[in-house]
Amino acid sequence: MATADEFVETPLAKRSSGTGRNHGWGARIFLIIACLFFLVPVYWMLVTSLKTPAELAQNTVSWLPHTFDWSNFSQAVRAFPFGRFFVNSVAITVLVTLGTMVSNLIIAYGFSCIEWPGRDVMFYIVIATMFLPSAITIIPLFDLFGWLHWINSWLPLVVPAFFGSGFSTFLLRQFLLQLPKDILDSARADGANEWRVLWTIVAPMSKPALATVGIFAALAAWNDFLGPLIYLQDQRLQTLAIGLQYLRQTQPGLITVNLLMAASVMTIVPVIILFFGFQRFFVRGITMGSLR
Amino acid sequence: MAHDATGRFGLTPRDWRNLRRGLLFISPWIVGVLAFTLFPLVYSIIISLTRYTGFSKPKWYGVHNYTRMFTDPIVGTSALNTMWYAVFAVPIGILIALALALAMNRRVREVSVYRTILYMPSLIPQFAFSFIFIVLLNPGYGVINKFLGLFGVPAQDFLSSGAGIKGVIIGMAQFAAGNAALIFLAGLNNVPETLYDAAKIDGAGAVARFFRITMPLLTPVLLFNAINAVNQALQIFTPGYIVPSTPGGPNNGSLFYMLNLYENAFSYAQLGYASALAVVLFVVGIAMAYLIFRLSRRWVHYGVEV
Repeated sequence: MATADEFVETPLAKRSSGTGRNHGWGARIFLIIACLFFLVPVYWMLVTSLKTPAELAQNTVSWLPHTFDWSNFSQAVRAFPFGRFFVNSVAITVLVTLGTMVSNLIIAYGFSCIEWPGRDVMFYIVIATMFLPSAITIIPLFDLFGWLHWINSWLPLVVPAFFGSGFSTFLLRQFLLQLPKDILDSARADGANEWRVLWTIVAPMSKPALATVGIFAALAAWNDFLGPLIYLQDQRLQTLAIGLQYLRQTQPGLITVNLLMAASVMTIVPVIILFFGFQRFFVRGITMGSLR
Repeated sequence: MAHDATGRFGLTPRDWRNLRRGLLFISPWIVGVLAFTLFPLVYSIIISLTRYTGFSKPKWYGVHNYTRMFTDPIVGTSALNTMWYAVFAVPIGILIALALALAMNRRVREVSVYRTILYMPSLIPQFAFSFIFIVLLNPGYGVINKFLGLFGVPAQDFLSSGAGIKGVIIGMAQFAAGNAALIFLAGLNNVPETLYDAAKIDGAGAVARFFRITMPLLTPVLLFNAINAVNQALQIFTPGYIVPSTPGGPNNGSLFYMLNLYENAFSYAQLGYASALAVVLFVVGIAMAYLIFRLSRRWVHYGVEV
């Protein structure tokens, strides 16, 4: 069983060499070629975002812009309500992340730190919900949120996050099961109730797992396309995901790809920064589900 | 304490207290699963048996929505589009992810650099990746035609034919291989080194070690990745909405099953019909997962506890 420390420091592919001889050259060349391919889309987005319309009109392939046109970024910001969409995306992402972390920690505590009859049978249902396709929920939830008069507000995107999700509950429960039971029991013996044990002892110890859950929730919220497309009609409420599509569709003659790419860069860069900052938690989260 | 007199249903007072507490803590999930999982499931099935626009009351329609599906050529087209996507994208994606993982599992010191780069495209939302691909595919300033030109393929507009656009979307999906590759890599790390050492002593070559040790021990992870990939492929939507100049085009070439469902629900206000489409997709998804599980008994190896 992994300890809390191993949970963070995943020893992925860190096996130190046993034989001493370096026989990884074939693998290395293959990986370098693969990486070059995998870098092309991001690189092409970056260079295209800096090209002038005149250069693009020449219809030639150039790996570096002839002149670096930084004004594309300021133009892209003015071409559509970028600022508002950005703020909306940030607000929705923050709310969803917060809701996911808080609700799933409470739920996972109930599924791991308290022993009650029927708990593990109930947990099978949590796992089963992870496999429910979104297709079947779209129409009923649209009606449900309609009855609640929530359509054309952020509530359908944000509120469900506060009621747990299969994947996050699963991940946090696996982590909480590994916490030393005696610490919780001694706190209970000192008269702390479960709620207090959760927030003063379990929550601080669960930071790595909470970070993993939070990052995945943030990524999903930031990248969500179908949700805003269905629930938000008022342009002032829209997110960047839909904003980029507006930018492309509403002014096809006027908007050139360099502006579209500049707007894409500004949409994707926050995600990539998040990734570099929290990489170890990402890796853990991805491999978590498959191996336990 | 644990042995107080048993009360109702053979539960001690302590059990009852913990049951109350446990249920209290999981109560947000109970509300969530009832509202966002169980209700949608039941409601979809009911609505699929009605004629419902979303504006007026649903009218009982029997199985008409289901019989209509089988004569609706658009449903056939969209199901075939999704099927072709799945048939190519899933196996190719698994092979690429497996190859990347095997390469990263070699003793290459700078593996974390490769891992980071290979995972990066998985972070880019599908809608933004679709925009990037539109640019990459441009016959003028896009790099893909230039690259294919090196092999003598003439420059062309891949987005103008139904087959072309499906090929593009299948190719695009491969950039997400980093995700499955990391899962494979974690599986490879769980293969005990001692097995390889023992095999080497017994004189097994690299090929034999791969097929006798690595692959069998990797099959549970392969199963996980396969089910995941099939599940995602059945629900492909966003690239078909964005990559073509009109959603689903050209000539319905990228009209995937989910996109047709979405249009029936939100463009044509045929919520009953769209629900029937959703129920069928749900059943197909479960059937596929069951089939993969069933077949997996023949090839998945749950041995060696690490």
